[in-house]
Amino acid sequence: MSSVLTTSILMLTILGVVLAVILYVVAQKFKVEEDPRIDEVEAMLPGANCGGCGYPGCRGLADALVKSDDISSIFCPVGGNETMSKVATLLGRAVEAKDPQIAVVRCSGSPKNRKRVVDYNGISSCRFASTLYSGDTGCQFGCLGLGDCVAVCKFDAIYIDPVSLLPVIDEEKCTACGACVKACPKLIIELRKKGPKGKRIFVSCMNTDKGGVARKYCSVACIGCFKCVKVCPYEAITLENNLAYIDANKCKLCRKCVEECPTDSILEVNFPPRKPKVEEQAQNAVTS
Amino acid sequence: MLNVLKTFKKGGVHPPENKISAVQPVEVLPLPAKVFIPLSQHIGAPAEALVAKGDRVKAGQLIAKSTGFVSANVHSSVSGIVESLEPVMDSSGYKRPAITINVEGDDWEPSVDRSPDLRKEITLSAQDIVKKIAEAGIVGLGGATFPTHVKLSVPTGKKAEMLVINGVECEPFLTSDHRLMLERSHELMVGIQILMKALDVPKALIGIEINKPDAISHLQSLAKSYGGIEVQPLKVKYPQGGEKQLIKALTGREVPSGGLPIDIGVVVHNVGTALAVYEAVQKSKPLVERIVTVTGKNLARPSNFLVRIGTPVSALIAAAGGLPDDTGKVVSGGPMMGKAVSSIDVPVTKGTSGILVIPATESKRKPEGVCIRCAKCVSVCPMGLEPYLLYRMGQRMQYSQMEVERVLDCMECGSCSFECPANLFLLDFIRLSKVEVGKIVRERKN
Repeated sequence: MSSVLTTSILMLTILGVVLAVILYVVAQKFKVEEDPRIDEVEAMLPGANCGGCGYPGCRGLADALVKSDDISSIFCPVGGNETMSKVATLLGRAVEAKDPQIAVVRCSGSPKNRKRVVDYNGISSCRFASTLYSGDTGCQFGCLGLGDCVAVCKFDAIYIDPVSLLPVIDEEKCTACGACVKACPKLIIELRKKGPKGKRIFVSCMNTDKGGVARKYCSVACIGCFKCVKVCPYEAITLENNLAYIDANKCKLCRKCVEECPTDSILEVNFPPRKPKVEEQAQNAVTS
Repeated sequence: MLNVLKTFKKGGVHPPENKISAVQPVEVLPLPAKVFIPLSQHIGAPAEALVAKGDRVKAGQLIAKSTGFVSANVHSSVSGIVESLEPVMDSSGYKRPAITINVEGDDWEPSVDRSPDLRKEITLSAQDIVKKIAEAGIVGLGGATFPTHVKLSVPTGKKAEMLVINGVECEPFLTSDHRLMLERSHELMVGIQILMKALDVPKALIGIEINKPDAISHLQSLAKSYGGIEVQPLKVKYPQGGEKQLIKALTGREVPSGGLPIDIGVVVHNVGTALAVYEAVQKSKPLVERIVTVTGKNLARPSNFLVRIGTPVSALIAAAGGLPDDTGKVVSGGPMMGKAVSSIDVPVTKGTSGILVIPATESKRKPEGVCIRCAKCVSVCPMGLEPYLLYRMGQRMQYSQMEVERVLDCMECGSCSFECPANLFLLDFIRLSKVEVGKIVRERKN
């Protein structure tokens, strides 16, 4: 009995030692030389693995950062300038500071502004709905409201507002990784410059129909009237296919276009409330 | 011994037939006030408009030219004045380029022969026939709208041996082909002979399901006086009207995966297409009207109408007794493969075989359950695919694996979704994945 025990213990021990030696030799022979800086860089990155940089996860980005000579074209939107400058110091390379960006939803077609004319009851996903029809309102460019952007966001930064039925972006959480931009079949989400203190102005519409048609189905559609283009002192607004677009780099946030827009399709975000106009003040005085 | 009826082997389902408009003779629908003629009513490149706003056009006049080999001409279906070239919503649910014409009178192009006399002698050569069909803008009227002249131009190295005429009409509710076979039978027969001459084949087989016994006996008696045409009754089973299923049922041959019927020497055309071919070749009449079934359980007067292309669907529904109050959905096509429209102002196009009005109680999709691995979808798939597997792969976006599982063979007949006891969104995922897999295949080719 005891001989069986000792034999088996002995055999297993010998087997273990032999295999360990083989493993060690093989591991040494086929060792993959890897730049130790890749690990260091990866540790600096946020670790969200969101793919917003265009590389497969943070490891992929770290690998690319260490291997490329010029890293100015590579950017981690989640870590932002702070992370990038840290990485640049470690690698001894130069990096330019970029303006922080944020995702904006370019549609204001809430049920109040845009009447629902069709009842959709297929799969609750914009990807499917957009292959079947152009939308449950007369506008074929606007938000479908089924939340593909919400499902794809890794930072929990988007939710569908229960009243407006439109996606709302949480400014604190949004990292501008661009996943929602790619997920939206209607292409209504755009990454824009976040602006000083989050102040920004943009045309919240994607409708390229002619003014009359656009307005018929949505009260806040851009009708391509050129009023904003004319009023802008900085030539920041261009108008193509009946749709205005504000260049965030040229815009000086003067808000003249917002006042001028007849359909309220230009939105201002994070501005302090305006002072009431003189006439309104007078009117308020009369009513009170 | 009992004469066992032919049908295809793999899969298939038996939805309730509901052919309630089968006894209604075809009526000519009065001209609408306005027609909307989309430039893309076929598979392939959209046609290019030849008219401008304010132009006066005649019925049968070419108003948009084909822009490639796989494309089709578009003719004006009415006489009147071009109101606009603005995009109009069609049954795809999107606004697409179209020509809007305000109807004035009913002037036809002088070259069009509108007399009812039957012209039996085929004087043109095979090449001229194909040319004439291409000029007339004829596309497959069964619903797929593939340009007919492309199907008739047999690629070099291949030879057509047999023409198959599709009179199956396996979609429930639809009866337009049934009425056509009864009322326009002589013209249909001449049309088939023209197609036979164009393809240089000695034999044509007409496949008809036995739920249309009157059409079968009528065409069988006629076939004796027209050489080379044979009528074959078939068992009722959906989707027998699918090209590959029909070939299998009639000839026993199987189209290889990823191949076309011409690979095994067969060309399939719909009865509606054959009639359009007759009119184009013998009467110089382009494709400007078609027979459309307007039907539905609660519709006052389910009917079959001869409709000018571009007529709004609302006009058809009004002629059939108006939209019932409890309508939940209006479908362009049949209940199995048709597509719900998002507005009843969309126009009838070359591919519109029927308009189906579904009551609200039947229009909602049931909530999706959980797959119980019953494999009903596998047993009913006429292409021998495994829909539950493709569905799972579609959810996980495993597109390259789906290509291996032959997802591109799927013809979207919907048998799997029809049969699924858990109401899984099988076809939805497969259909969307086909687009993605198609992209991968095209990228590899380029």
